[in-house]
Amino acid sequence: MAVANSANEVPGNRAFRVGSVIREMARRPSGLVGLAIVGGHVLLAVISPWIVPYDYTTQDSRLVLASPSPEHWLGGDHLGRDVLTRTMLGGRQALVISSLGTLIAVLWGGSLGLMLGLVGGRTDDVVMRVVDAFMAIPWILFLLLIIAVLGTADAVLIPTLAFFYGISVIRISRAATHDVTARDFITAARARGERMWTIVWREILPNVRDVLLVDGAMRWSWMILAFSSLSFLGFGITPPTADWGLMIANGRSYMAVAPWAVLAPIIALSSMIIGVNLSADALAKTLGIDRAQKAPV
Amino acid sequence: MFKLILRRLALGVLTLVLVTIIVFVGVEALPGDACTAYLGRDTALETRLAKCREDFGLNQPAHERFFVWAGGALQGDLGISTRRNKPISDLVEIRLRNTLLLGAAASAVGIPIAILLGVIAALTRDRAADLWISTSAIFAMTLPEFISATLLILFFSVWLGWLPGIVITRPDAPVFEFLQDIILPIIALAFVMTAHILRMVRTCVIDVMASDYVQMAVLKGVPYWQVVFRHVLPNALLPTINLVALTLAWLLGGTVVIEVVFNYPGLGRLMLDSVSDRDLALVQAIALILAVLYVGLNLLADLLSLIANPRLRTMKV
Repeated sequence: MAVANSANEVPGNRAFRVGSVIREMARRPSGLVGLAIVGGHVLLAVISPWIVPYDYTTQDSRLVLASPSPEHWLGGDHLGRDVLTRTMLGGRQALVISSLGTLIAVLWGGSLGLMLGLVGGRTDDVVMRVVDAFMAIPWILFLLLIIAVLGTADAVLIPTLAFFYGISVIRISRAATHDVTARDFITAARARGERMWTIVWREILPNVRDVLLVDGAMRWSWMILAFSSLSFLGFGITPPTADWGLMIANGRSYMAVAPWAVLAPIIALSSMIIGVNLSADALAKTLGIDRAQKAPV
Repeated sequence: MFKLILRRLALGVLTLVLVTIIVFVGVEALPGDACTAYLGRDTALETRLAKCREDFGLNQPAHERFFVWAGGALQGDLGISTRRNKPISDLVEIRLRNTLLLGAAASAVGIPIAILLGVIAALTRDRAADLWISTSAIFAMTLPEFISATLLILFFSVWLGWLPGIVITRPDAPVFEFLQDIILPIIALAFVMTAHILRMVRTCVIDVMASDYVQMAVLKGVPYWQVVFRHVLPNALLPTINLVALTLAWLLGGTVVIEVVFNYPGLGRLMLDSVSDRDLALVQAIALILAVLYVGLNLLADLLSLIANPRLRTMKV
């Protein structure tokens, strides 16, 4: 068990290798399943435009709410479109938007939090009050307000999600920085006469980075969730683009006749979110970070 | 101790002030104002627009309107919805009651179950019971509310026909008329809530079980159940008060989706409607109410843990 980064180890010196971390994650059964699911979804998102059996917009009147058949494995939806095709394509938007959004959120929230943790004082107080205020606004209201102003283009959704979720990252990153700066090896580095910049780069950043990675993985799943919820509520994606959230919203009215049109996107979306979560869990355990106690904000 | 409480209160008020500013600025940024929404954007004639703006005081500078609005809100006057032509307090009151009813019922079901399951999972850590509970919790936690809610409807109302899938009761019906309709929404909300809280309880209990004083108690021969009830639980459940409050506040966002799925006449659905038809005054009011709930819950949790945990009282903040 390489639960690395225990308290005794000098953390700054641990080289971070993506390959070895992933191998370590895959050694846990849940991590292996999680990584496989996420990998499968990413692969599908990349190649689906070339392998889907039908066109995703073609409406066939004979296929309206049709049961699954050898030609149409998952039947048809309320407009007579092939459910399998739309399910295969339906995760691409969510995947791209949530990945980019998470990346930006972790980068800006993480660096601001690190800075606040180091600087402290009045700046820290003021920014944290603003952060608290933002967290008191329900996420869905915040997103809806911005969408109402600027529309639902990707160029709006990504920065909006990144901004809002980055605010919670500030807290995490700031707390992690405080955690590290209080430890003995920082005092030791100061006593050695290391320069501030070296201490940040070599001693603090590697520790905060692990926390941010785990947090980013979690945030990724929340962002997929937020995006799908928006699109379920009719605020995410413009039809006829295939999207799981929207497919579930549309299929709901015909659930009694054509449950497959709802169940297919439900299974696809759930599996993706569960896969990301299992991977995040495995990542947390591999890096030796306990994420269970963190509040879900 | 008294100073500490005052400080918390002051911070809460400060947060609220900032929220009102953020929301006000956000709503100001929306294209159009209450008058364009009221008169309809295409048909609005310049003269009628100007008249309307004068009537509602919209031609005042933004910061003056902010103080008028905030001052009114302080006295419980949330303004008038131009779109719906009614005082906002009337619109919001009954919806708020419904949302609180849903939240309270879900908490009453969810929190005891969560504590029970969390403690069981912690005490059987890494054994079969824990693995079952923890894994199901991950599933319940990660599924979006609209998926669990849709599945509940599919199973219990479409396939089994046991419970109504949507709420058709009037928004202002008495509470007891709601109860039969809202079993599924309660389950859907309690489901997510239970999973979140259960995981926190489990972690806290495990932490305390590993502490020196519990080991000491075990070593000096205190019976197992006595250790659990006298030493572990009181100490482990304290920190969860805060986390429970945070979770509840966070789930306020989730009720919106559940209200939409079940057609439940709560505050969340009103919020969604007000955003889609740009009823700005209503959006502002609802955002303010939800923020007050959030800050209030947090404050309550802080105070509860202060009362319950003497160690915090002497702590520096």
